Amino acid sequence: MSKIHVTTKVNGDPVEFLADPRETLLDCLRDRLGLTGSKEGCGTGDCGACSVILDGRLVCSCLVLGVEAQGKAVETIEGMAQGEDLHPLQRKFIEHAALQCGFCTPGILVAAKALLETNPDPTETEVRYWLAGNLCRCTGYDKIIRAVMDAAAELRGEAA
Amino acid sequence: MAKDEYREFRLVGTRPDRPDGLDKVTGRARYGADMTAPGMLWGAVVRSPHAHARIVKIDTSKAEALEGVKAVVTRADLPTGLTGEDWDLQENTLAGERALYDGHAVAAVAATSALIAQEAARLVEVDYEVLPHVTDVDAAMAPDAPVIREGAADPTVPEGMHPNVVKYFAFDHGDVEAGFAQADLVMERTYKTEATHQGYIEPHACLGQLGSDGKGEMWVCTQGQWFIRRMCAAVVGIEAAQLRVTPSEIGGGFGGKTTIFMEPLSLALSRKAGGRPVKIVMSRSEVLRATGPTASASMDVKIGMKKDGTITAGKATFRMQGGAFPGAPVDMALYCAFAPYKMPAVECEGFDVLANRPKCAAYRAPGSPMGAFAVESLLDEMCRKLGIDPMDMRMKNAVREGDRAAYGPKFGSIGLVEVLEATRAHPNLSIPLGLNQGRGIASGYWFNHGGETSVSMAISEDGTAQVSVGTPDIGGSRASIALMTAETLGIPYEDVRVNVVETGALGVNEPTHGSRATFASGKAAVEAAQHAIKEMCRRAAAEWGIEPEAVEWVDGAAQPAGPNAGKFPPMTIAEIAGKMGSTGGPISGHHESVPGGVGESFGCHVVDVEVDPETGGVKILRYLVVQDAGRAIHPSYVEGQYQGGAAQGIGWALNEGYIYGEDGRLQNPVFLDYRVPVASDLPMIDTVIVEVPNPGHPYGVRGVGETGITPPLPAIANAIQAATGARLTELPMNPPRVLAAIKAAKAG
Amino acid sequence: MVAVHLWSSLTRFTDGKRVVEVPGVTAGELLSGLKAAYPGLGPVLDGGVSVVIDDAIAPSLHTPVPDGAEVYLMQRLKGG
Repeated sequence: MSKIHVTTKVNGDPVEFLADPRETLLDCLRDRLGLTGSKEGCGTGDCGACSVILDGRLVCSCLVLGVEAQGKAVETIEGMAQGEDLHPLQRKFIEHAALQCGFCTPGILVAAKALLETNPDPTETEVRYWLAGNLCRCTGYDKIIRAVMDAAAELRGEAA
Repeated sequence: MAKDEYREFRLVGTRPDRPDGLDKVTGRARYGADMTAPGMLWGAVVRSPHAHARIVKIDTSKAEALEGVKAVVTRADLPTGLTGEDWDLQENTLAGERALYDGHAVAAVAATSALIAQEAARLVEVDYEVLPHVTDVDAAMAPDAPVIREGAADPTVPEGMHPNVVKYFAFDHGDVEAGFAQADLVMERTYKTEATHQGYIEPHACLGQLGSDGKGEMWVCTQGQWFIRRMCAAVVGIEAAQLRVTPSEIGGGFGGKTTIFMEPLSLALSRKAGGRPVKIVMSRSEVLRATGPTASASMDVKIGMKKDGTITAGKATFRMQGGAFPGAPVDMALYCAFAPYKMPAVECEGFDVLANRPKCAAYRAPGSPMGAFAVESLLDEMCRKLGIDPMDMRMKNAVREGDRAAYGPKFGSIGLVEVLEATRAHPNLSIPLGLNQGRGIASGYWFNHGGETSVSMAISEDGTAQVSVGTPDIGGSRASIALMTAETLGIPYEDVRVNVVETGALGVNEPTHGSRATFASGKAAVEAAQHAIKEMCRRAAAEWGIEPEAVEWVDGAAQPAGPNAGKFPPMTIAEIAGKMGSTGGPISGHHESVPGGVGESFGCHVVDVEVDPETGGVKILRYLVVQDAGRAIHPSYVEGQYQGGAAQGIGWALNEGYIYGEDGRLQNPVFLDYRVPVASDLPMIDTVIVEVPNPGHPYGVRGVGETGITPPLPAIANAIQAATGARLTELPMNPPRVLAAIKAAKAG
Repeated sequence: MVAVHLWSSLTRFTDGKRVVEVPGVTAGELLSGLKAAYPGLGPVLDGGVSVVIDDAIAPSLHTPVPDGAEVYLMQRLKGG
């Protein structure tokens, strides 16, 4: 099948790649652009390990075709820290031991960032339901929820 | 600062950031599927759609003709003559004469892209003659069950059993019948648990390369690079030392990544494709259909109890299927089932049974959750009948150091009583419950494991230290090993770098399994550090012109051991390291052993549930894990193990289970249908770390990874009965089952 | 001689004996002694067993068995 030329923005940088029309955005990020921070856990949109922001919307990149990124803006885990400065969510995940194997972590961080951008003061229940599409098999979610709540408090300027 | 009656610690028991944290929150950490190599091909696997079928013919010509396809392999490309476990592994890697389960690999292809490889896999034509199949353990033992493999039974199986029974095991002590006769209440029940999958979020992935000279390399997500090396070498017929296996970061394992599945195929394909590296990444449905879930179980339990709660005798017969190969953990299940209790008499027997399902792999405390579900459920029901507090019953019968374990030998230092006391003291137990709510309690046990261990440590020129370990870090073991090494050397935590290394760098290490990484690699790292300390003391002594025995190591420096040794200012590790090149060369330490002194771990869980009487849905209101860690080196990651184990147990109890259709095909091979707990299913999981130090470890460590998955199964069943009066004896306790049980209980 | 406690289903290989006395001062020697006395145990013992000396699993075939130690055979332990 002949490939399609795609021009898009990833983490603010203009990029181009050739995508087979059957390839997902996740495949293109990982295999065409070398951005392997987004993970494939299921390929069916059930685990959230491939979460990215597409034109401001949280999506599973395994459910988006690579060619659909044409002319859009994609934000991935690789763009979350600003240079040396980690996003508060990233810092709080380390601080709270909110990761064990770390495989689901990029997707959860991207999803949690999207939550805090729409709801800066979520309740525990709101965090749990927002992240219900991101599976973690190691932690039982406890420390993840605490890290997200703590990062939210910091972003609001409250002492944790 | 952590403390016990003997010692205070500077670092052990603190909670520093994990060394691999930054890599893992930025997406930089490289997992199995994240590696590429020049000239790389992509592999895909052809799998049987039938539960049991004779492979009449495999025609690979169309696949081979597809542009971009570089290799196709079938069983004919693998060596013959393997026996025992190696044969099982090879047969599971690629089917020989018959496909033994839905998803069993029958061929594999390698091509220049993933899409071409997938297309080529579809072009491989396999003629199957479908055979009768069986997927249920009890059905597989019935006289008319199809035979999965003639002659697979080992010599332990008594004559006259169905050929699907491949192993028989029994142990006992005391007079069980006399025990039942002394009891005021004797109850007997049958329980069933369904197979569940470890459910690691990272699918299996590897990048393998093998040349015609028999030399190869592999990058793979695994719990144990040496296990992968030995198994792959056997299956493809090369020498173990010629295969270098590098472990990637690992996205969860829980026992499921201690063995091989498609890894040898990458090597076989690479060899056939002229040595080009071949990457194979499983899809989720391949993971669920064809990698190791745990066993399913059918269990009869009978227990005698006096009015005061004293257990007089117990009897258990467990039947487990672990797929089409031997290896269901029925022995471990029986050992653990009665372990928390003083048992005057026990009689246990177990059957390992073949069925047309994938080959089971270890899953967190293999076998223990099933056994606990049966025994802890029945004990709870008996307490209820006799009007006894289940905590009192557990305390009354609790095993202590020196007591005989139900499985035979006497216990060494254990912390069950301390765990039960801490449980009883927890505020969760006095929270009042409302309508349709119930509280359940259950205990759990796991042995933990030492295993082959090889660790190397070297002092750097600036006095920092590097530690090479062979146990992949799944849940923070780099942090715990760095803490123990730094504590021993007397240097800052940040001055130690722990590297998980490839097979060429160390002697054989068993995987990160059996809760052994912090115990065994940690113990070996401490030994290696002590070896280096001895050498550093020797160098200081030579410098000072005194005897090495007159030098001691205090706070990261050599110093004269006493006033008679001479007056010299302490010589720091940095000073000694800075001139090591001119004082005798590199300073390092090694330790190789199978460490003894493994410390068992008991736990007790308390769960509050609310059951919706309309739907049968069960909501976890609060959850408490209390477990003996021996000593928590990094308490955050110990809590994490407790919480993660509990969450997996909750999933096993309520939602998860393999569903096979009449056709023997797995009906729920995606996460949408194989539903693991999500964030909104769970509350915060409270933890209490009990510390009864293990005398067999320099810092008192017991393993902490496994015990936590065991109690949730019965604890939740017990809570559901407390809430509804209905007793569930089959897992998962999903809404239809709970609703049916409530109706049955009401009908009386 | 050391008394080795077997699990009950092994008694079909030992003429019904639950406790077998064998010579030996290490875990490995006890296993050899068992196999010599009852060859039928060979395949089971070779398949992998744990020798428990008092309250601890022997980490090596060379682990010494002290005088008066209590010795049990168990299935080979493994973990997830």
